[in-house]
Amino acid sequence: MSGPSTYEPSNGLTKWLDQRLPIVRFNHDLMTFPTPKNLNYWWTFGGILAVCLVVQIVTGIVLAMHYVASTQDAFASVERIMRDIDYGWLIRNIHANGASMFFLAVYIHMFRGLYYGSYKSPREVIWILGVVIYLLMMATAFMGYVLPWGQMSFHGSAVITNLIGAIPVIGEPIKTYLMGGPAIGDPTLNRFFSLHYLLPFVIAGIVVLHIWALHVPGNNNPTGVSVKDVKKDTLPFHPYYTVKDGFAIIVFFLLFAYFVFYAPNALGHADNSVEANPLQTPAHIVPEWYLLPFYAILRAITFDIGPIEAKLLGVIAMFGSIGILFVVPWLDTSKVRSMRYRPIAKQLFVLFVVAGIGLGFCGANDPDKFVFKFGPDKLVVNYVDTSGVAQVSGRFDNFEGAGGAQEFIAKLPPSSGASVAVSEEGFKWLWLSQILGAYYFLYFLVFLPLLGIIEKPKARPPSIADSVRKKHASVPAAAVNPAPVAAE
Amino acid sequence: MSEHGSKATTANAGHGADAPAGETRRDFIHIAAASVAAGGVAAVAWPFIQQLGPAADTRAASSAEVDVSKVPEGSEIRVLIGGMPFFVRHRNAVEMAKAVADDKLPMRDPATDESRLVKMQDGTYNKAILVTSGLCTHLGCVPVGPAQGSTGEFGGWYCPCHGSHYDTSGRIRKGPAPKNLAVPKYEYLSTSMIKISL
Repeated sequence: MSGPSTYEPSNGLTKWLDQRLPIVRFNHDLMTFPTPKNLNYWWTFGGILAVCLVVQIVTGIVLAMHYVASTQDAFASVERIMRDIDYGWLIRNIHANGASMFFLAVYIHMFRGLYYGSYKSPREVIWILGVVIYLLMMATAFMGYVLPWGQMSFHGSAVITNLIGAIPVIGEPIKTYLMGGPAIGDPTLNRFFSLHYLLPFVIAGIVVLHIWALHVPGNNNPTGVSVKDVKKDTLPFHPYYTVKDGFAIIVFFLLFAYFVFYAPNALGHADNSVEANPLQTPAHIVPEWYLLPFYAILRAITFDIGPIEAKLLGVIAMFGSIGILFVVPWLDTSKVRSMRYRPIAKQLFVLFVVAGIGLGFCGANDPDKFVFKFGPDKLVVNYVDTSGVAQVSGRFDNFEGAGGAQEFIAKLPPSSGASVAVSEEGFKWLWLSQILGAYYFLYFLVFLPLLGIIEKPKARPPSIADSVRKKHASVPAAAVNPAPVAAE
Repeated sequence: MSEHGSKATTANAGHGADAPAGETRRDFIHIAAASVAAGGVAAVAWPFIQQLGPAADTRAASSAEVDVSKVPEGSEIRVLIGGMPFFVRHRNAVEMAKAVADDKLPMRDPATDESRLVKMQDGTYNKAILVTSGLCTHLGCVPVGPAQGSTGEFGGWYCPCHGSHYDTSGRIRKGPAPKNLAVPKYEYLSTSMIKISL
């Protein structure tokens, strides 16, 4: 798509260098890369993500200079970074909140790709590399969360490694190799630190491939219509999109700075300010917010299917919900890329986003607690009947008075061991996570394949240039289109 | 480069005349070379994978001896072996009686109280001492017990994470956990010393 290079070395040195290492030419070609002129702000998240990766690597390298990867010293060394090291608090807050910002941006970036069909031919490889990056990000974030050695670090990682142990045959050996011992301990902490330092550079490598793959077909755009005339449909990347991306990055930094300076612990968990204690489990174990939807899918499976136990099914569903992303380019059968022109798909997509966010809330809440209650709490009586079987009574409004629990207990024999309990009835978070989890899979496995066949798409604009011109039809023509002149 | 390439082509054609169509000696060399390389990679990969496993000192620290006579009656001590928690409980007469009395009740993971004990060297049981894993069989939380002031509805342990109740024999009686608290590998070295192994 980029066509022949337009770079011409301007002096003797650049000519000499161009024949030996054409790095200036490489940069020139990136900057002049023809980019669809109609990209909206959803397209700025690629640039934002690149900045996020750099921020995490720079702050991470600094933190590694002060952090001690040992179960005895890890927690104290993190506290020392926060209290004693000059600007340690700033750098650690940037790193910890940077992870959240990174995931926020990557989710928007992925939703953008799903909405505008950026995963479709000829961009499947870009999408797959993106999913690989996302997986590596999750692995990196998970291991990074263990390093401060707080209560949630320790018990969260114990839950996740136990999940791997649920996989038949290979699960237990993998778990042992992951932990380096019978439980999470020093060997685990050390290898997680090593890998947490390594993986961001692996991510950076895959990002290079991701961008390389992007520069073969070029960017998708909000209409999904391919570039037909490079002169009419595109603008050079610089200055048009360097400036647009730059502006978006600055706005993104405002949000980032708000969290770093005004709410540095808002996205974390209070239990992680308590040093890890293997003998005491926090009452409610939750992962970081960006992993909550998958945690909800994991816990949504509470039933066995045939010989497969619920625990293993949950693990399969959780990994499946991420693995399914790899085959999205082939699950979506529609020839139309952008959902702008797909009336049904568009609505189902909005529901998909709602389901994703809803699953996040499910993951944060106790599955047995209630989204809402059906009515006021009532009383029940637990007792043992004359044949020695445990029974639960009906529900009572009151303890005392006529028709109350007390009256019921009075009628029971003294050997029944009656005790009163509060009975709550309502819509459980578990049920919501089962409904939303089912929608997540339906969207990919049923709706996307089916819609390509039954949906009648709306008319697409004949070209990118036409779509831009039509949108601004009321504006005088001269003001609309100075861009192609600049492109030449 | 191109000169070299054409020579190779000629040589290959010469061999091709002797060998059956489609197979050449060069194919054999390719397969043999790739096999040797794959074998080499596997041989080098093995130590790099195996180093991830538990080290010798970690394995060596995978058992501990506990003096059960030091456990106060009606309470328990908690032992960490290689980071894994274990409960050593000294049951009182009521708790022992209750555990045996419930043997016949329907349970999720049926087991008699006696099957959850280990014989002493003289072949008899020390019914007062119950040794179990300290990990809830649901999601691996550590249940609370008499020392934490909560023993659940059945007098044994209660897991605060998702509300599993264990009885005085460590059997699951109520809540989401699928199995009884595991009984670890252990043996009596004397009437008061036990050795728990992972």
